[in-house]
Amino acid sequence: MKEELLRLIENNSRIDLKDLATCLGAEEAAVANMLQELEQDGTISGYYTLINWDNTDEEKVDALIEINVNTQREVGFDTIAERIYKFDEVKSCYLISGAYDFLVMLEGKTMREIANFVSSKLSPIEYVTGTATHFIMKRYKDYGTVLGAKKIDERERITL
Amino acid sequence: MRDPISKVTRDLHPSGIRKFFDIVAEMPEAISLGVGEPDFDTPWHIREAGIYSLEKGRTFYTSNSGLLELRQEIANYYKRKHGLDYNGKTEVLITVGGSEAIDMALRAMADPGDEVIIPEPCYVSYVPCAKLTGAVPVTIPLQEKNEFRLTPEELLDAITEKTKVLILAFPNNPTGAVMEREDLEKIAKICVERDIIVISDEIYGELTYTGNPHVTIAELPGMQERTVVINGFSKAYAMTGWRLGYAVGPEEIIQQMTKLHQYAIMCAPTTSQYAAVEALRNGDADVAKMRESYNQRRRYLVKTLRDMGLPCFEPYGAFYVFPSIQHLNMTSDEFATRLLESKKLAVVPGTAFGDCGEGFLRISYAYSMSELKEALGRIQEFLLELN
Repeated sequence: MKEELLRLIENNSRIDLKDLATCLGAEEAAVANMLQELEQDGTISGYYTLINWDNTDEEKVDALIEINVNTQREVGFDTIAERIYKFDEVKSCYLISGAYDFLVMLEGKTMREIANFVSSKLSPIEYVTGTATHFIMKRYKDYGTVLGAKKIDERERITL
Repeated sequence: MRDPISKVTRDLHPSGIRKFFDIVAEMPEAISLGVGEPDFDTPWHIREAGIYSLEKGRTFYTSNSGLLELRQEIANYYKRKHGLDYNGKTEVLITVGGSEAIDMALRAMADPGDEVIIPEPCYVSYVPCAKLTGAVPVTIPLQEKNEFRLTPEELLDAITEKTKVLILAFPNNPTGAVMEREDLEKIAKICVERDIIVISDEIYGELTYTGNPHVTIAELPGMQERTVVINGFSKAYAMTGWRLGYAVGPEEIIQQMTKLHQYAIMCAPTTSQYAAVEALRNGDADVAKMRESYNQRRRYLVKTLRDMGLPCFEPYGAFYVFPSIQHLNMTSDEFATRLLESKKLAVVPGTAFGDCGEGFLRISYAYSMSELKEALGRIQEFLLELN
């Protein structure tokens, strides 16, 4: 049941406990306990809302930054990652395979703010050897959801 | 002018709930739990395979029995899922939906006067297709107390000297009933003893929620040689509009069906066949994901209906629940019509699927949770207002 519970709330974290238990064919108390355990052990790391900020008046800019680093004795990727992800501006940070080492997503109010952050905070980190900044022009799909798409039920209303 | 319509056509009853359909059609604001098709879009990789085939110019007929590549994949599927050996070259026919396969199977096997046993409630095409061959449909009213499974006693009672074919349709539309291995074993034994051919419509086979994989009656001893299994892509892969189904069975029957199919249809749509190859090769994960989602909604629907006082046996297949309204002193048609008129919600009266569906409703859960919630809220209101 654990994985099914997780898959279910991954796509709808607002489903209430009663419905959750019904959908899983389990007792509410058992589901509540399981949720609590999963929250405590960090399997459930948070509950977020997917917002299409383009529909609001709030100005936001997102950027993906590729970062190359030099690891050193006693300074591995984890240590360097920590130096990067502790900045509040960093929304996501991944160690990746391929041509560079880290992929970081930044969120700022303006392009200038992001540019400043990269040049004054990220690049100067002593292990960082290079960065490449890609501003996100348009978000089409995030977390499996196509943004701005309204699903219309095109089926006939009754079929046997 | 002489009557342009043949007697056999004229005598076929139009679908019993045409009137109800018409009312729904005139009420565009009404919502519905009345569909018999998935709410999911066909997975993109499958659609993409269809598009690619068009780009490559694969716009011609295929062989009458269908792309060999697809027939081989279907044979592989039966090996993988059921341990059955079918020869893709001679024992598989690709059809325009499962519906065509049902029609062809009956035409190929039933002569005028032969009796075709059809357990009801069931999908609406079996009886008319049997009649079109001149055969006599013998219906068995299945019982809710048996969870709408066919029992050996019911089958034995229906068999006569003239019985030739039994149509089995599990998981079932409209009831959601399944037949598990033990149930099928008893039926299979009778079919072997009494020399009855089975047309097993397993279009909902992938949508089984017992925790055990679907069992086809063809797996059971002595049955592969006397069973035509009907299946297709509509329900499992959310491909209803592609119109693609198939039949697998003994070479002799499949070849005769292919002959009829050649005259009636030529071949199934080519684009759909290419898409179906992709579905069988890389679609297992999609099916698993949809099945899990249906199962969650199924549990939600059964529990919520029971909580509001509508008795509902546990349906372990397809995407329908079949609650009883027998205690409310009105017919299924009356209930559905009043619900539609007062709450703007369409459900299908059980009688659309045979007289023994009286007292029941077919409610589909091929809808999102939020749609189900809204609709069930309306049923609840309706029931409260009755009291």
